[in-house]
Amino acid sequence: MRMEHVKGRRRGEIILYALSTCGWCAKTRKLLDDLGVEYSYTYVDRLPPIEMEDAIREVEKYNPSGSFPTLVIDGSRAIVGFREAEIREALK
Amino acid sequence: MTAEGIPDETVSVRMEEIRKAAEDGGYILNPDPDFVRSLVAGICVNEQRYGYAACPCRLASGNREEDLDIICPCDYRDPDLNDFGACYCALYVSAGVAAGTVQAPCVPERRPARQQRKKARESSATIAGKVSMPVWRCRVCGYLCARENPPLVCPICKASQDRFVRFM
Repeated sequence: MRMEHVKGRRRGEIILYALSTCGWCAKTRKLLDDLGVEYSYTYVDRLPPIEMEDAIREVEKYNPSGSFPTLVIDGSRAIVGFREAEIREALK
Repeated sequence: MTAEGIPDETVSVRMEEIRKAAEDGGYILNPDPDFVRSLVAGICVNEQRYGYAACPCRLASGNREEDLDIICPCDYRDPDLNDFGACYCALYVSAGVAAGTVQAPCVPERRPARQQRKKARESSATIAGKVSMPVWRCRVCGYLCARENPPLVCPICKASQDRFVRFM
């Protein structure tokens, strides 16, 4: 799946599934940038159909409602939505 | 220009339309103008991409019929305003949030998940009661009218005819 990588401090495997049109997804990316952590992200709405379906299934694995932003940490837990305090705490 | 080549002017015009419609209907937009602008830019991108104003904070299918519930203003705006003081995107907010006395919360997704939506569509059971005429309900504002067909445009909130469902 097409992913953009952002360099920074390593705090585990951090993947952000986002929408390019979504205000909360933009705020989540900005927060990750401000925290200076290393992460990968993909704008699911811009993926070609097959990759989009893969991305949706991946999101649904962690977040059954399939909503965005979904931030997956180390393939084991997800933070759904722009929950600033929770994200800061998880990536301390 | 936005990332998808929408001119700033187009976003400004759309923003004013949305603001006017909100004010006319007694709704309030988010007090942060840059945030509103980014959401409206997202709506403009979706209009260009899909042909309808799909919610910028949700992934649209590209099929209008499947996405009728998330055409902005979505079916979930009013219940989310009641329960959380903001719609899912926080484009629309309560008076308390607008005044800054209440913090805009992170609104959980109220739209059913994909599989549940699919099931609901397949079983789309409407209760046909014994009425002399069908009753139609606007899914955006709840307006009810008894007539052969729903109006082309909701006289209350201006939602399009396809946002109506048979109520009785």
